[in-house]
Amino acid sequence: MLDVQNIRKTFNPGTVNEKAALRGVSLTLNDGDFVTVIGGNGAGKSTLLNAVAGVWPVDSGTISIGGVDVTRLPEHKRAKYIGRVFQDPMMGTAATMQIEENMALAARRGQARTLRPGITRDERDHYREMLKILDLGLEDRLTSKVGLLSGGQRQALTLLMAALRKPDLLLLDEHTAALDPKTAAKVLDATERIVQKDHLTTLMITHNMKDAIVHGNRLIMMYEGRIALDISGEDKKKLTVEDLLARFGQATGSDEADDKLLLG
Amino acid sequence: MTGFLSALPGAASQGLIWGVMAIGVYITYKILDIADLTVDGSFCTGGAVFVMLFSSGVNVWLAMLAALLAGMLAGLVTGLLHTVCGIPAILAGILTQLGLYSVNMAIMDMKASVALPITQADTLDKLLVSLRFVQGPKAGYPAWRHPIVVVGLFTAVLIAILYWYFGTELGASLRATGSNPNMARAQGIDTDLAKVLGLILSNGMVALSGALLCQYNGANDINVGRGAIVIGLAAVIIGEVLFSKVFINFALKLLAVSIGAIIYYVVITAVLKLGNLNANYLKLLTALVVAVFLTIPYWKGKYFSKPVNPAKKEEGSHA
Repeated sequence: MLDVQNIRKTFNPGTVNEKAALRGVSLTLNDGDFVTVIGGNGAGKSTLLNAVAGVWPVDSGTISIGGVDVTRLPEHKRAKYIGRVFQDPMMGTAATMQIEENMALAARRGQARTLRPGITRDERDHYREMLKILDLGLEDRLTSKVGLLSGGQRQALTLLMAALRKPDLLLLDEHTAALDPKTAAKVLDATERIVQKDHLTTLMITHNMKDAIVHGNRLIMMYEGRIALDISGEDKKKLTVEDLLARFGQATGSDEADDKLLLG
Repeated sequence: MTGFLSALPGAASQGLIWGVMAIGVYITYKILDIADLTVDGSFCTGGAVFVMLFSSGVNVWLAMLAALLAGMLAGLVTGLLHTVCGIPAILAGILTQLGLYSVNMAIMDMKASVALPITQADTLDKLLVSLRFVQGPKAGYPAWRHPIVVVGLFTAVLIAILYWYFGTELGASLRATGSNPNMARAQGIDTDLAKVLGLILSNGMVALSGALLCQYNGANDINVGRGAIVIGLAAVIIGEVLFSKVFINFALKLLAVSIGAIIYYVVITAVLKLGNLNANYLKLLTALVVAVFLTIPYWKGKYFSKPVNPAKKEEGSHA
């Protein structure tokens, strides 16, 4: 579904702040793959997701989604294929607009925006049903401004919006990191249900190794702009945190894994 | 005092006309979150296009339409400077505004002021609004032609159109762009396109307002738009401060802007008439009023941030 070939990205080239964030990353996701991504700060996790989402162009390499080469497409055009949830709960929704208006915007992702009504009556009923899945009581607050919601509620809504058009690819960028543990668990639970229901091909960054092991059918670990580990199948099912740290040390010849990963 | 009272209908009329411009400013400043300084130029462009076309015998509505299109073109230029050329929005607006001075002069045949031939009764009769209609039936002008009635209706129609537009998919994408551009792009909205559309729409409204004021004054002056953005901001802010609690609906919010413009003009007129102030102090006064109104919410948040529930806190400290 997703095919990334040897992408590279250097920020601030030729300055003292030069940072080679991606140093030749290749990754192929099969249809329905749920891949968790871990790695320390600055390992290139978010950079990889942003490269796929098209936030800025990559220096070299190609990215294709569902067989379509999107390497040169701007962010808003790639949105046709991609659903996204960001780390910052404020980033994924429009605070000054109503819940139903936000959902209506997501429902039109990838379509031409015309002078047709921005939201219809039938849609409202549909959204109310969808919001019930979250079990946060949002189905009774369709016309509330999103700015009035808590971080967790906004993140759950963003997740629902990302999955609304059944995207070819779902990108989750540490989407539970800014939430309190209880809310984080709830949002992660909703994530699992939504991904399972629609068999979404998913790339999920997390800083929590346990979450990375429990969720998904495949796990990749990044280190210094490269993919250091790629574990899937039965291997992944049997994985433990200690295992993971040991294999990471072997793969990179680095013993800094413990601090960097546990703290990052 | 009688001077002020007799000036009230005129002040309200002018306020309504500037209100059309203020609604344009609302679109960029409030909805798109862009301070667009094109306004000072495009306001005059509207009047310039109108005065030249109408004087040469073009139908009043066609001349208004041409003014609208000219304003939209000015907005397009600012939009392209901002999105295609990557110039910060404020600077893009300033550049267009500066360039428009020459353009406006050229439109007006290099004259700093052009008058409408309103001394001819049949020409005057063709205009939508005029200072003369303010006098009403006692001066021989029908009551329904009073500028408050005509511009009031005009504003109502514009608000209805904008209300519909911002409810469409395209309008919603504009609101999303102003609210959260990251989210908008992630939902497949071309934020650059949305900004350009908003600037076009806004400056179209501004030019329409310029065309109306030109009719009202019976002439268009090259300096007529100077400081228009500040008057627009004043109207937006006054409307918001007074009505934000009551007017939740989008159409009512636009109405609040129009009322804000009327209040602004009535207050200005009061100060000029009652305080016997030289009209040249008007700009300083406006700048001060807007500065104060922009300062209040900032200081409120910074120095007077109140506890969520003062009563409860009191109890807590005793316990």
